[in-house]
Amino acid sequence: MKYIKQLTIIITISLLGEVLSQVLPFSIPASVYGLFLMLAALMTKIIKVEHVKETSDFLMDIMPIMFVPASVGLMVSWGLLKEILIPALIVSILGTLIVMVVSGKTVDGIMRLVSKDTVMTDGITVDGIDVTSDDMGGAE
Amino acid sequence: MELFSRMANTLSTTLFFGAALTMIAFSIGLMVQNKFKIKLLNPIIVSVAIIIIFLKLTGIDYNTYNQGAQLVSIFLTPATVCLAVPLYEKLQLLKDNLLAVLGGILSGVGANLLTIWGVCTVFNLDKTVFATMAPKSITTAIGMALSEETGGIVNITVAMIVITGNTGYLLAEAMIRIFKIKSPVAKGIAIGTSTHVLGTSKAVELGDVEGAMSGLAVAVAGIITVIVVPMLI
Repeated sequence: MKYIKQLTIIITISLLGEVLSQVLPFSIPASVYGLFLMLAALMTKIIKVEHVKETSDFLMDIMPIMFVPASVGLMVSWGLLKEILIPALIVSILGTLIVMVVSGKTVDGIMRLVSKDTVMTDGITVDGIDVTSDDMGGAE
Repeated sequence: MELFSRMANTLSTTLFFGAALTMIAFSIGLMVQNKFKIKLLNPIIVSVAIIIIFLKLTGIDYNTYNQGAQLVSIFLTPATVCLAVPLYEKLQLLKDNLLAVLGGILSGVGANLLTIWGVCTVFNLDKTVFATMAPKSITTAIGMALSEETGGIVNITVAMIVITGNTGYLLAEAMIRIFKIKSPVAKGIAIGTSTHVLGTSKAVELGDVEGAMSGLAVAVAGIITVIVVPMLI
């Protein structure tokens, strides 16, 4: 019965997110409201991690397949897309990579500036960020 | 061929056709990836190619396929909700790095709008195209609504969101390596800010911290974009 309970919690929060998204006047989707509702429920201990753990791990694990149907939709929008294909591809591919690097480098940069005061991660005391990143580097 | 086509058309009227086709194609994609170890042949791209070819050969239209395939995509909202779990488990890490996290997301959203504005200027494209492209780094549900609200062409917006997400899924690891993005927090924020939930599924594969931060970045970057873009148009 564990999975029924877990799925019930997750689906109910998705439902509440959907209600909020329809009632409130912002163009924010159900999933974002749901994410913050779940976070709030966990922080206030209304829900404990073990109440949702296995099912949420499963859902996150199978996430990539959920994008396949929308991606197949490219076959429908292809006709419209090809009129602005070159700029669209530049923006979607090159632009995206620029955003990724700018964003990542900014986080690293600010962390380095702030890290002189030392940061805690995962119970491992990290002086600066390098210990963690070496760890990650070693794993690759 | 005639018989094949007729069989496929009978199949396509069944409830589970779209879902089964999606899962079988994805499983083939996983096998291909395990066998060849080529990044370009990731399960999403391989399965999308297989499904499009299959639908074209059999003449089954997208809507027929998608009716059944929704059985798979409907779990996207619950899965996104679940991103709160790793985020909660890493909450202390978020608090410790709040400034860096917000700075990273803001700079990413800024870079996104600047590159789109730049491309629109260079190619002499009008506001409609800007409105169409602006939501490409945020998640489909927010992106569609934003595009519609600001006078974009929603179908193209969705296509660009999909291409953007797949770019992230495919190239995130390489970009992180090439540009030496070091901390797991930065990796997650970079992926989520630039390539929404689709990229986040790659961040989840990289690790708990990456997944949690990426999920957070999707939500925050989406909200900031929704607030900022209407002011620019």
